[in-house]
Amino acid sequence: MGEFMAQVPVTEGVFTWPSDEPHLLGSRCVSCGNHMFPRQSGCPKCTGEKTETVELGRRGTLWTWTVQGFPPKAPPYAGDDNPKTFKAFGVGYVELPGQVKVEARLTEADPEKLKIGMEMEMVIIPLAKDEEGNEIVTFAFAPVA
Amino acid sequence: MSIDVAIVGIGMHEFGRHEGVSGMDQGVTAVRRACADAGVGWEDMQFAFGGSMAAGAADTMVSLLGLTGLQFINVMNGCATGGSALFSAYNTIRSGVFDLGIAVGFDKHERGAFRVNTKGSGLGDWYGATGLALTTQFFGMKINRYMHEYGITNNTLAKVSAKAFRNGSLNDMAWRRKPLSEEEIANSPMLSYPLTQYMFCNPGEGGVALILCRADKAHLYTDKPVYLRAAAVRSRRFGSFEVLAPSIAIEHNAGPTVDASKAAFEMAGIGPEDVDLAQLQDTEAGAEVMHMAENGFCEHGEQEWMIQAGETEIGGKFPVNTDGGCLANGEPIGASGLRQVYENVLQLRGDAGPRQVPNDPKVAYTHVYGAPGISGVTILSR
Repeated sequence: MGEFMAQVPVTEGVFTWPSDEPHLLGSRCVSCGNHMFPRQSGCPKCTGEKTETVELGRRGTLWTWTVQGFPPKAPPYAGDDNPKTFKAFGVGYVELPGQVKVEARLTEADPEKLKIGMEMEMVIIPLAKDEEGNEIVTFAFAPVA
Repeated sequence: MSIDVAIVGIGMHEFGRHEGVSGMDQGVTAVRRACADAGVGWEDMQFAFGGSMAAGAADTMVSLLGLTGLQFINVMNGCATGGSALFSAYNTIRSGVFDLGIAVGFDKHERGAFRVNTKGSGLGDWYGATGLALTTQFFGMKINRYMHEYGITNNTLAKVSAKAFRNGSLNDMAWRRKPLSEEEIANSPMLSYPLTQYMFCNPGEGGVALILCRADKAHLYTDKPVYLRAAAVRSRRFGSFEVLAPSIAIEHNAGPTVDASKAAFEMAGIGPEDVDLAQLQDTEAGAEVMHMAENGFCEHGEQEWMIQAGETEIGGKFPVNTDGGCLANGEPIGASGLRQVYENVLQLRGDAGPRQVPNDPKVAYTHVYGAPGISGVTILSR
């Protein structure tokens, strides 16, 4: 496998991929500087109507978290929803300094190893395989070692 | 001068799972029971506001109830659907347009956690596809942060659930009527840390209808009128932390519950200290804890000793969720907010039977919260 299997992003326009240093794509309000994720055309802070696309920071701190302990319903879930093989995954909000808190899957799912305030970094993880055998990837945050 | 509004009839279809009974049928039963309670017929209704999330357009129920030609307006407002129907009925009478009408809500959801329609919620498909669009995750993350900030313990969460099922066991309309110990609750499967299976309510089925009229005509229908002193609905402001949010702002703002609560107290001209009991949104055990403070009934963190001391029990200083709340009743979205008002009317009439709050309560409060960051509050008094 490996070299013949392509990695495709779960969606376009939410994170940069392929890339050695993937970033989440957000919007910045031209009027007030407020940052939003994902990208959107209007600003919820100042009601401004003009925003520009920006690459968000790749590092931040864990603001809060939980662990998804049961398989999400499919659809909409595209990952493994089989109760026999499903593996719990972490979910959290990561505060990107001066920008915004983004919700993301976490690579860590052990409550003993997740702490509010810990340093996190954005990574790309496999989510599922499509009909052609391609690997669908999405963004996540991992604890900084 | 606005007109005072009274609730003169209440009706409910049992909450739970009802094979072969449509959500709409449950709404119809609730309407008929409310009419019987007020001693009126469907033909006496001058207007109706009604809604469901997943069980069809409420106005089609006229074909079962009677084609009387009344004004019937469908209300669809997320988790505040029932509260919004009541808000609309309240203001219809207050403004003098009609004298007598009904607010009705019902629902019937599939089993398991809510399947979120990401497109319908203004979210990209990727949000659900990647395993993020679960309301349960929000509740786990909000209470986890809150416990970190204010020192709420896991045992307090278990105590909230234990109280809910205990109160539910005293309520023949409730779905979950079997008391569970704190240990059973704490040791049930962890669904979304720190919340276990028995700390979450389930989407369910049921219907509730409330008949409202001008206060000066209430004596025509009941000798125990209950007055609606305030009804307020608020959406989220910038900086609040809400369910189904791919991101939240760095700066913090109190959520819609705080805003709706303040507006309602202002409307009623009273404060939290005047309230004798409350039904607060308890989608899960942590929500009840946080909503006690967000609605102004204590400071953040005080819930820990209040709940440990039993203050929110039926016989306590400030009873909360006397009918078992969402935890024991389940959450049929269209009916859930009206179920809270139904319970408060029973309590203020003194008709709540084995779960009656002692010492003749005079003022009762309801609060619903849900997607996409909406809260509805009512204040009732005798």
